[in-house]
Amino acid sequence: MAHPDMMAGPGARPPSARRGARLGRQLRGVAGVLLSLALTLLGLLLVTFIIGRVMPIDPVLKVVGERATQAQYDAARLAMGLDQPLWRQFLTYAGQVLHGDFGRSISTGHAVTEDLRRVFPATVELATLGTLIGVCAGVPLGVIAAARRGRWIDQIARVVALIGYSMPIFWLGLMGLLLFYGILGWIGGPGRQGIIYDGMVPEVTGMILIDSLLSGDWGAFRDTFSHIILPASLLGYFSLAYISRMTRSFMLEQLSAEYITTARVKGLSERRVIWGHAFRNILVPLVTVIALSFASLLEGSVLTEIVFSWPGLGQYITKALLAGDMNAVLGGTVLIGTCFVVLNIASDILYRLLDPRAA
Amino acid sequence: MSPLLSLRNLRVSFPTRSGTFDAVRGVSFDLGRERLGVVGESGSGKSMTGRAILGLVRPPGRVSADRMELDGESILNLPERRMRQLRGARISMVMQDPKFSLNPVMTIGRQITEGYRLHSGQSAAAARQKALDMLEAVQIRDPERVFNAYPHEISGGMGQRVMIAMMLAPDPEILIADEPTSALDVSVRNEVLNIMDKLVRDRGMGLIFISHDLNLVGQFCDRVLIMYAGRVVEELPARELHNARHPYTRGLLDSLPRLDRPVGRLAVLQRQDSWRDAEITTPLPEGL
Ligand SMILES: Nc1ncnc2c1ncn2[C@@H]1O[C@H](COP(=O)(O)OP(=O)(O)OP(=O)(O)O)[C@@H](O)[C@H]1O
Ligand SMILES: [Mg+2]
Repeated sequence: MAHPDMMAGPGARPPSARRGARLGRQLRGVAGVLLSLALTLLGLLLVTFIIGRVMPIDPVLKVVGERATQAQYDAARLAMGLDQPLWRQFLTYAGQVLHGDFGRSISTGHAVTEDLRRVFPATVELATLGTLIGVCAGVPLGVIAAARRGRWIDQIARVVALIGYSMPIFWLGLMGLLLFYGILGWIGGPGRQGIIYDGMVPEVTGMILIDSLLSGDWGAFRDTFSHIILPASLLGYFSLAYISRMTRSFMLEQLSAEYITTARVKGLSERRVIWGHAFRNILVPLVTVIALSFASLLEGSVLTEIVFSWPGLGQYITKALLAGDMNAVLGGTVLIGTCFVVLNIASDILYRLLDPRAA
Repeated sequence: MSPLLSLRNLRVSFPTRSGTFDAVRGVSFDLGRERLGVVGESGSGKSMTGRAILGLVRPPGRVSADRMELDGESILNLPERRMRQLRGARISMVMQDPKFSLNPVMTIGRQITEGYRLHSGQSAAAARQKALDMLEAVQIRDPERVFNAYPHEISGGMGQRVMIAMMLAPDPEILIADEPTSALDVSVRNEVLNIMDKLVRDRGMGLIFISHDLNLVGQFCDRVLIMYAGRVVEELPARELHNARHPYTRGLLDSLPRLDRPVGRLAVLQRQDSWRDAEITTPLPEGL
């Protein structure tokens, strides 16, 4: 007779070996994820390549100008490799991109890579701080709203999120600047830094908050912080709205599960039931939500960047697009696409580590 | 001797759009150090009775009673803080399906020691030893392995034995088992029941065994309450079950499919009967 102790899978191995086996499975899962990362990036390259070819902008004309002779035009066309068959062009393009070469931006005159290296940290810094604010406020708010479902705090959380969703960020940003900078003088104005600190901090990461900390320059740190806090809070509020609603609905689902009753039967305090049991079960979907929210701040904060004269990626791409600067647009697009893919992969890997049922 | 648990006129009601709905309507019984079966159709208020005893009816549900005493002490609508000291420590509950009643992202060891440490104040090492002992007591052959496993890594029958180990670790006086085997495979059902039964009797606990299954209750309990629509309609010793007079009980008995089950099924029962004999002293009711 089969004893119910017999399970499918490994038999009586010591716990350490079992944990090792679990880790092995996780690593194999991670390898699969990395493979899909490579494939996704290849797809991304293909898409941007095609976009670059079908855009009704003649890249040769952009380079040589309207008044070039046919001979000049043909020479430039040859130099740019546009006479080659498409698949060759793609291989060349992919090879260049893999070496970090997106060509030269027509509007700035710099290599696109160099431009991106300058504007991307500004966006990352803003989006990171915004997400941090959104997570630190949104997660507890969502958890508490779920735990006190239908009570006044739940209603307040609902209203707070609703305002966040429908917030006219352009208008709110201007009003915020007017009030806190113009009238009260509590914060720095537009831009990343005050004029006296501009270029004073040695650049390491390009994120000035971190760089000023690294160089121990407290004055610069305070100045940078007073510039970033308002736009970051606005973006943070935006992601708070999303994160708190998602957290609430994840929590409600878990709180109605049977294992929660088990935890209560054991006599655990409500705090332990909520944070020790229910919350641990929402970590996996929550990580994905946070990653998505971060990614959307990376690409979607154009308006905020414009209002606050923030020299970031959103502004850069928008300007390039209006100028028909395809190299810059494609470079920015590949970068953002890469961010999305990497964040997706990161949350996938975290999921494998956080959920014992995965892999 | 005063009973372990004494209930008089227990009512549980929920406000609904069309007035209040009474899930339990005046249930009264005493529980000693015995095994009390509670049978009734779906929605008859069995689980609600159990949850009311544990103080786990969530608002807007309301519990009232003329008396609800544990060892002569009223536990009716105690403040939550006081109730938490009783829950798990003196009254505990095993639920239907271990697949859902164990936390999927916590090791079994943590889940067992958590409640035990809370109530006993023991060190982590002592709690670990206790958990391993309990796992052994529910006849898990490799306690170390199960201690470190996650719930999805063990079978349903094992899961329910883990639940029993977890709930009995702090040594409660009363165990409420709410259909503890209805999610299990028939082949392990009796094994789990026997383990629970033995532990409960060795410790002189009171057991409230909630079930749909008259047969099972007849075999495993001393006394049976029949519930119908939130009320107890009949109460009788398990061995007298076949003499039940209430028409609802008679109806239940008459509709039992087991009386004329095909031979294959009976063979299973016989096999399990043979090793059950050693552990059950109460004679099995005839005809069931
Ligand atoms: N939160 C609630 N609000 C309103 N009615 C409820 C609520 N919870 C339970 N009920 C009702 O209470 C009644 C009793 O439910 P209970 O779970 O005790 O039944 P049961 O006898 O355990 O049934 P089953 O055998 O299906 O488990 C049911 O009719 C159910 O619909
Ligand atoms: Mg029930």
